[in-house]
Amino acid sequence: MKDIQIMDPREIIARRVSLEIRPKMLVNLGIGIPTLVSDHLDESMGVFFQSENGVVGLGHRPPEGMTDRHLTDAGGSFTSAVPGASIIDSAFSFGLIRGGHLDLTVLGGLQVDAQGHLANWMIPGVFVPGMGGAMDLVTGARKVIVAMIHSTKGKSKIVQECNLPVTSQRRVDLIVTEKAVIQPRDDGLHLLETGPGISVAEVEADTEAQLIIEGDIPEMDLSRTT
Amino acid sequence: MHLAITTEEAVAMIPDGARVMLSGFMGVGTPDGLVRALAAAGKKDLTMIVNDAARPDTGVGPLVSAGCVRKFIGSHIGVNPVLQEKMHAGEIEVELVPQGTLVERIRAAGMGLGGVLTPTGLGTLVAEGKPTVEVEGKTYLLEPPLRADFALIAARSCDYVGNLTYMLSATNFNPIMALAGEVVIAEPEEIVPVGVIPPDAVKTPGVLVDHVIKRAA
Repeated sequence: MKDIQIMDPREIIARRVSLEIRPKMLVNLGIGIPTLVSDHLDESMGVFFQSENGVVGLGHRPPEGMTDRHLTDAGGSFTSAVPGASIIDSAFSFGLIRGGHLDLTVLGGLQVDAQGHLANWMIPGVFVPGMGGAMDLVTGARKVIVAMIHSTKGKSKIVQECNLPVTSQRRVDLIVTEKAVIQPRDDGLHLLETGPGISVAEVEADTEAQLIIEGDIPEMDLSRTT
Repeated sequence: MHLAITTEEAVAMIPDGARVMLSGFMGVGTPDGLVRALAAAGKKDLTMIVNDAARPDTGVGPLVSAGCVRKFIGSHIGVNPVLQEKMHAGEIEVELVPQGTLVERIRAAGMGLGGVLTPTGLGTLVAEGKPTVEVEGKTYLLEPPLRADFALIAARSCDYVGNLTYMLSATNFNPIMALAGEVVIAEPEEIVPVGVIPPDAVKTPGVLVDHVIKRAA
């Protein structure tokens, strides 16, 4: 586990997301900030990390010189497998994802809107990487957390309505940025926590979507453990 | 024709314009020898069904770079700038399919099903023009089976009757595609006598495999 003195926005997000993870969960981490989450978990929790290409029980990168191209993660990077790991084919892997067997998926986002819809697979006319496994993950996982930097180039990524193509019609369960923890509900986006050193007013000023603020909003407690 | 053939014989079997399934995930679990030989042979107008476009030098990349591909059906093309360029130039038609839907469409073809009902893609661009079906109060997207003339498979071990095993995450699409190609060609890393692979360790029964690439003597 990492030291709790965290200043980097990406590490603030990863640390806060890690607090949502319970022992023995099956978890899929997307590329980018989500990948950092596993660094904040104690191995004794017995959490298994799954990747779309069929690894249940991803480990750390192997020692230098011990990598093998037959064992990679969903980004195509070399990985290892933890004791108790298993390997399944792609159909089985997505069966886990869609079939309600995956407890949690953590993904990056381009936009999330007031209805909790995520857009993270294409910017029309600019870049079309494709959805990969994201549509299945957001549609099928028991819990979906979007982990992303609050704004890009000064523009809020939490918008009233996505103008980018959405990834799923499913409402995501939680949005974690370096400035806020936000929960989409039937009546809109509820601000649950603010980031370290960030005021509620700052979050509101930096968020395009309307936020619902009830009572005192606590600051993220990054010193606690799950 | 024999079960064991050369890469050149395999390439000669695959005509221009063929629909080809190619296994692999970011080039891991892809039969690279067959890919290189097809690219070198200058095949034209192939439809490639493959999880991702990998990078220009891995997976289906060499075929894209060599101008062999007319249509790409897969889930991710984000790290192959050559394919992106050819897509924008109109040289390659791209059909993006969610990864779980892609593998299920291939499985449906291989297992004799008329398609799959999936919640994935509902309410997104993927659903445009596709029928939906309601089952027990829930709505699903009807996705049709996906077939191919050839399935090119990368195996770890192959025995003399074509039974196959795969290695770790190089498994991915291999056992599914091996069901769905009209002609199945496997490129194994090693060939072993019958009996070396225990029956319950076989991932693709040899009865599904039409040809195996010979090892260099």
